[in-house]
Amino acid sequence: MKYLAEFSDPALAKRLVDQIHATVTQPWAMMEVCGGQTHTIVRHGIDQLLPDGVEMIHGPGCPVCVTPLEIIDKALEIASQPGVIFCSFGDMLRVPGSGRDLFRIKSEGGDVRVVYSPLDALNLARENPDKQVVFFGIGFETTAPPNAMTVYQAKKLGIENFSLLVSHVRVPPAIEAIMQSPNCRVQAFLAAGHVCSVMGVEEYPELAEKYKVPIVVTGFEPLDILAGILRTVIQLEKGEHTLENAYRRAVRDEGNPAAKAMLADVFETTDRAWRGIGMIPQSGWRLSERYREYDAEYRFQVRDIKTEESTVCRSGEVLQGHIKPHECEAFGTLCTPRNPLGATMVSSEGACAAYYLYRRLQTPTPAPTAMGDNSLAGATSPSATSPAASQQTSADNKEVSSVG
Amino acid sequence: MCLAVPGRVVEIRDQDDTRMGKVDFGGVIKDVCLAYLPDLQVGEYTIVHVGFALQRLDEESAMQSLDLYRSLGALEEEFGDHWGIAAQQAGERRPPGTEYSKEETA
Ligand code: SF4
Repeated sequence: MKYLAEFSDPALAKRLVDQIHATVTQPWAMMEVCGGQTHTIVRHGIDQLLPDGVEMIHGPGCPVCVTPLEIIDKALEIASQPGVIFCSFGDMLRVPGSGRDLFRIKSEGGDVRVVYSPLDALNLARENPDKQVVFFGIGFETTAPPNAMTVYQAKKLGIENFSLLVSHVRVPPAIEAIMQSPNCRVQAFLAAGHVCSVMGVEEYPELAEKYKVPIVVTGFEPLDILAGILRTVIQLEKGEHTLENAYRRAVRDEGNPAAKAMLADVFETTDRAWRGIGMIPQSGWRLSERYREYDAEYRFQVRDIKTEESTVCRSGEVLQGHIKPHECEAFGTLCTPRNPLGATMVSSEGACAAYYLYRRLQTPTPAPTAMGDNSLAGATSPSATSPAASQQTSADNKEVSSVG
Repeated sequence: MCLAVPGRVVEIRDQDDTRMGKVDFGGVIKDVCLAYLPDLQVGEYTIVHVGFALQRLDEESAMQSLDLYRSLGALEEEFGDHWGIAAQQAGERRPPGTEYSKEETA
């Protein structure tokens, strides 16, 4: 795709940054909901290019981070049972439960497997009729439709040794919870683009109106984020609060009707606890009555389980934007990606991990010279602190982004 | 896990009554479920998440965004916020009474 690289073009980014500076006359605090956006912002130093007083608050949109400890412990319990093949996405392996993680269970002989897609887990179930195959179904509105389809297929094809451990979460109730929190500082939202690719934008105008807060649907490339910030500050400066879609290339107003229909068939909304935040009413999905037989919690009798949360980790405050990761005392000392105390340090979309990877020292480093450097900061603002973007991933120059 | 990657559809087939296909991610080709985009055609672009095509990527609106970003500089020079630019260059707040209204550039 020829145009993709252009969405990281430093010259175009500079124009957007200038436009933001020309628009802003007072301090504003806005939240990017999605962890993939947090990653782009920290990695490219976008927050450091903004006018003084304009602050990006990192939101709870990392599915790995918000999966409740209780569900992790249930996963560990199921995964250690004989005759079970436990399938998960790779970034759940190191998420700490009460004392253990999936990685440890694998080293102790458990059959834990990493899959790319839930359909891979279903195929494993077909190939291993003598085993129980369980898939760890976490994630936001983007991961839920694939998981819903997998359960639907299992039922249609009569595959009985497959089940789903479900912990899906939904963004709009989280936005409400953040706005209702007594020390909420958020004045605007960059909404998660790929969540809206599936769900459309219909839930957001009402939220924008109810909480008098601008909501701008935003993509994941540096230019997308800057454009989202620009649209947001224009609204804030004018005292407006509407929904805008700044990610039209991937988001249609109605979302994906086929995916929404499948979600409505397979799942029903339920109260859900978010790790570090607590219960948010109607913020999750579980399997609906018709698909209950595919619910691993029922199949494996793990509905009552006792959990033990770390007393040091402040990821709940990080997830709600009350503190920045480096304000946690354990950051970079007791808690590192190698030895994470909280899920926000595990997932690459977690705010703690993003800060650790790209800004661990919190000291200015010389501005990079090459335009091809990951940091936009070096190319567009002489005063900006350049993130220590030494640890690059293969995502460079590709539009790889988080969908929540 | 939470990566969504754009790719180009290179093949569409039916498997167990389900619309499946192969999608090219810049050289890496993977099996993808296309059931949620029943009218997606070979040659089109889509956003893929955990093996599922979730939305069509619209190249036309991508180009529109880029054109808009490109035009920002030109508009700025022509009708831009000269007080704001001057203030930024001076590293100071703009003088009172020079608020910038975006309508002027529209
Ligand atoms: S740095 Fe570690 S301990 Fe501190 S909030 Fe983040 S994940 Fe928790």
